[in-house]
Amino acid sequence: MKEEHKHGKASKFGMVIDLDKCTGCGSCMVACMSENNVPFKKDETNKLDSITWLRIYKLTNGKKFPETDICYIPRPCMQCEGDHGHSPCVSVCPATATDYNHETGIVSQIYTRCFGCRYCMAACPYHARYFNWWDPVWPDGMEKYLSPNVSPRMRGVVEKCSFCFHRYQLAKNKAYAQGRRELKEDEYQTACTQACPAGAITFGDLNNSHHAVYKLVKPDNKHGGRPRNPNAFRLLERLGTNPKVYYLSSREWVRRAGDNYIKDEVKKEHH
Amino acid sequence: MDSALIPEGVKRCSFGKFILWIIIVGAVLLWGVVAMLLCWFKGLNQTNMNDAYGFAMWIWADLAVIALGGGAFFTGLLRYVIGKDELKNIINYAVLIGFICYSSALLILAIDIGQPLRGWFIFWHANVHSMLTEVAFCLSCYFAVLTIEYIPLILENRQIDKVPFFHNLSHNMHGIMVIFAATGAFLSFFHQGSLGGTPAVLYGRPFAFREGVLIWPWTFFLFTWSAAACGPCFTILVTWITEKITRKKLVRQNVIMLLAKIAGWMLATYTVAKIIDTWYWATVTAPASGFNFMDFYSNNPLYGPWILVLEIVVCGVIPSLILITKTGRKSSFLLISAVLLAVLGACVNRWVMVLQVMAVPVLTFESWFMYFPSWQEIATTILPVAYGIILIMISYRYLPIFPQEQELEEEKNASIFV
Repeated sequence: MKEEHKHGKASKFGMVIDLDKCTGCGSCMVACMSENNVPFKKDETNKLDSITWLRIYKLTNGKKFPETDICYIPRPCMQCEGDHGHSPCVSVCPATATDYNHETGIVSQIYTRCFGCRYCMAACPYHARYFNWWDPVWPDGMEKYLSPNVSPRMRGVVEKCSFCFHRYQLAKNKAYAQGRRELKEDEYQTACTQACPAGAITFGDLNNSHHAVYKLVKPDNKHGGRPRNPNAFRLLERLGTNPKVYYLSSREWVRRAGDNYIKDEVKKEHH
Repeated sequence: MDSALIPEGVKRCSFGKFILWIIIVGAVLLWGVVAMLLCWFKGLNQTNMNDAYGFAMWIWADLAVIALGGGAFFTGLLRYVIGKDELKNIINYAVLIGFICYSSALLILAIDIGQPLRGWFIFWHANVHSMLTEVAFCLSCYFAVLTIEYIPLILENRQIDKVPFFHNLSHNMHGIMVIFAATGAFLSFFHQGSLGGTPAVLYGRPFAFREGVLIWPWTFFLFTWSAAACGPCFTILVTWITEKITRKKLVRQNVIMLLAKIAGWMLATYTVAKIIDTWYWATVTAPASGFNFMDFYSNNPLYGPWILVLEIVVCGVIPSLILITKTGRKSSFLLISAVLLAVLGACVNRWVMVLQVMAVPVLTFESWFMYFPSWQEIATTILPVAYGIILIMISYRYLPIFPQEQELEEEKNASIFV
């Protein structure tokens, strides 16, 4: 299986979220939690210690009516590539419990190896990594409805969005059984993508020019995948984390909210 | 009752008084142990840490005690490798303080990790690119070195020393101590540096991120430098506190003055380097990520420019000026104020590089994250202090920690009779 990958072209799975379409309904969050056996507490009001692999932020342009405008930003793990796989979290983990997969571009988390030092959380500027402060407790009978394809996590380890990696594995297995090497675009889709009622989330291979994600952002792979589409942007582009989650918006203030600029600095478009 | 164990020619308080104090400090220790067990058995939900504050009070305490324990490696380097012979009169205490600091650091780390039983994974599945891996390896090795340096002291106890094997072992260990001192300095250089690199390699955190040379960010060198400067200051401070509590002179002033002078020059040069580092970071590194200097020091209830002034001017420039001048060192008040400020400076620096890093928002739509530790975190942080006090009490009572104590005592008595 490994040999076969060496001959095949590496994928770079990524996500494009159209913020002009996102209504902030939270379907993606629910689908994600359900799909990935994400534990929850009785009281989830404190967002600083509850686990949400995909979290929606509400932004406002800060202007008064009638010019007021809002935007919802769903934030999964950005699956940063950094500089040649040197993503902020992967390089700092002392026990190699998180890894950058060069065949898929997905940052993994090995729960059984993580010993809970939380250095990766300190490294992540997106707060996409979560610590299991408690052991997961499921309501009576709910354990029967957990996904058998995703291992539940124990207290004391870090977890995060995996781009539903188990779905990739299942799709790959099916393709192999049918004698294929390549996956079709619709064979591997994340739960949040499929759950979005507005069709705001698009998922696919950024290395494949036939995939919708590629067509939407036109990534400049020679420059860390920077988008060529003027309406596309990535969060904290200037830090050099090279995320694989892109956002689309026709609104300038939304695009500008994606990064930090010193006062009066003009945003440089990368195209 | 225990007079046979007390070193010859020195006076100690009554056994009852000694035990009473052990019980008092032991109660504090017990409080910390309860909190530690709560964290181990119930998990880190006992703390006020959260997903924004994954690194908090313990990591600060860890970095601070390791910096302050730097007195052991630097004094050892000066005494055994560079040949500052006068320092033999304070090296025992420096080693003891270092031993306490490093054992405390390891204990804190054992409480801090979410899966303590998997702590060994850091060695087994080591990621050579991680600064923490280097810290874990060098810290453990250096703790072993400190244990080796502390053992001859234990063997010098009056009763243990009567056993020929232990007497000879202690003598021979002293003979090869230069090797351990050099090894300790080498290991310390790397783990102090790696601790400095730990926040500075976080390129997703513009407040912490620093550029550097090859794989080492500038803070790698700054942390080692500040530990070499502030560690000896902590040794001087603890010696002074011990002298005040025991109401006797334990180390001659010329020894203190020599160590203070060296520490002063280390601190002065460190402060200059720190100012340059801060200037470059504020004007080049941070703006490249889209941050103004004041973004890191405004719009929050705690962190303002005052913390930078406190760290660099009050706890850097001022103690440096005192310690590098003879007049400053000669005044007991100024000397102690200077070492106290230097120690505070190291603690503030580590605080900033851990807790302020976590507090600063990076995403434009997030705001500052503030945090206050739970009682379990406070108790487990005080636990090593209580443990250190008890170890110092026992070591001071039963081991010849201060070689000059007897002659200083005799001189004092002679002057009284004159």
